[in-house]
Amino acid sequence: MKKSVKTVLPVFLFILLLAALWELLTTVFEVPHYIVPRLSDVLASLWENRLLLGRHFVLTLGEALLGLGLSVLFGVSIAIWMERFNLAKRTLYPLIMASQTIPIIALSPIMVMWFGYGVWSKISVVILFTFFPIAVNTSDGFRTADPGIGELMRTMGASKRDLFLKWKIPSALPGFFTGFKLAATISVGGAALGEWLGGESGLGVYTKRASNMLRGEAVFSGVLLLSLMGILLFLAVRWLESKVLAKRGSSDEKEM
Amino acid sequence: MSENRTRIVSDQAPRALTVSGLSYSFAGGPVLFDKLDFSVQAGEFVALLAPSGAGKTTLFRLLAGLVKPDAGEIRLGGSSESQSPGQKRRIGYMPQRDCLMSWRNVLDNAALGLELSGVPRQEARRRVRELLPSFGLEGTEQKRPHELSGGMRQRVSFLRSLLSGGDPLLLDEPFSALDAMTRASMQEWLLQIWEQHRKTVLFITHDVDEALLLSDRVLVAATSPISSLQQVAVGLQRPRDYSAVLEPSFIQLKRQILEQLGRTPVIKEGAGQ
Ligand SMILES: Nc1ncnc2c1ncn2[C@@H]1O[C@H](COP(=O)(O)OP(=O)(O)OP(=O)(O)O)[C@@H](O)[C@H]1O
Ligand SMILES: [Mg+2]
Repeated sequence: MKKSVKTVLPVFLFILLLAALWELLTTVFEVPHYIVPRLSDVLASLWENRLLLGRHFVLTLGEALLGLGLSVLFGVSIAIWMERFNLAKRTLYPLIMASQTIPIIALSPIMVMWFGYGVWSKISVVILFTFFPIAVNTSDGFRTADPGIGELMRTMGASKRDLFLKWKIPSALPGFFTGFKLAATISVGGAALGEWLGGESGLGVYTKRASNMLRGEAVFSGVLLLSLMGILLFLAVRWLESKVLAKRGSSDEKEM
Repeated sequence: MSENRTRIVSDQAPRALTVSGLSYSFAGGPVLFDKLDFSVQAGEFVALLAPSGAGKTTLFRLLAGLVKPDAGEIRLGGSSESQSPGQKRRIGYMPQRDCLMSWRNVLDNAALGLELSGVPRQEARRRVRELLPSFGLEGTEQKRPHELSGGMRQRVSFLRSLLSGGDPLLLDEPFSALDAMTRASMQEWLLQIWEQHRKTVLFITHDVDEALLLSDRVLVAATSPISSLQQVAVGLQRPRDYSAVLEPSFIQLKRQILEQLGRTPVIKEGAGQ
């Protein structure tokens, strides 16, 4: 408890300081609201539109979560598949690595073309963004499994199934979570981008429309909420990670 | 297989392990073993002494069935293993690194072998708990490997191999990573444990003192590739403790082994330590 206060308090104070500076500088230098609106105006706009923003927030969050969930499913499945079958690994792994050089943003319009303006085009953009980090990091996680443990288990008569469940899977979990955390943060960006490309609602649409109308305080309130969503998703996954990897003595635990 | 249970060491004692004509080299590497023959009797504690890089770990991996020999035969107990490769070998193997699972606590790490041979989890844990005190691991049941000292980790690893029930027990330099003081106390501890369990042990080391202190018989590998092992019977009385290293007969044996290894014998007694 004490420790969490100690870690959270400096961050909290620093955010307060930044907020104060924001308010002060925009007021003193009379920055136009369409460049940087005053923080108080942004907060007021957030409050005024809270019902509308709440609906947009839930929709975007839903898209991000669904896309993320499907990415975990696909990414982990393909990583397991590559782990079990050497041929699959030799064919797919280089392709997956190479595909990371494709600018994903440029691919996104294809998703709109295929799935239309509905919610599935947004979810598919999220998957496009989050599939790779999960698949690659999980696959790398499998590779970090200590071969010494595998050999030892084989001398004890372990079956393939034993080796997979009791050695490979636990060894791959840290890698999986590295990918999952990364994916969680970028999933929100994916959902917002999907909405920009064509959509009726969601925080991405909200900020884009506000930006077209030069309503700075509305744009900033949307951006603030999107950032908040990203942070929340990241923290949720990190919490899950700490539960699953509890007591392993990972580097994470020592740092935090 | 029942003859394996006999724990009396004599000339007629049943063989726990027979290696004949073993040859092996890694692809592209030098020949490590060339038509090697040796055997270990049931209930015997044998030390295998060879310099670093000679292929000691590789020999254990061959014995454990993890690598296939280029030629030759490895027999466990009475049965021939090399002729039925599908059959599971049941040796107990303690690797050079402790290879503990970071995601398991001491209890479940030590129970791994039991678990893999189908012993129900509760029963496996019960059997581990029974042995924890004599392994100096009381109260560490719930600890994870990173919370243990090097010596404790080796003891967990040893307990895991012992409980896996394999015979003989192959120990690959279990104490080489420890500091001198911890190593000495671990050696004394192993002597005690061995008195209690009297398993057949093949113990790898490159430390002459350790080999003599622990074993009934030392096999010295002085050639490269290893084609034969020179035998030194260790007549020191049991039970032993660390003070055995000071006995004249110990020093005599040590001199003999150092000569076999091709080292110039030390001029003053004990100066080689
Ligand atoms: N998987 C491998 N592939 C190719 N060469 C190997 C492999 N493992 C070991 N070797 C080589 O075989 C030789 C013997 O290795 P090994 O690990 O058996 O030595 P060792 O006697 O156990 O040494 P140490 O005392 O340092 O543990 C070394 O020259 C090593 O480089
Ligand atoms: Mg070795």
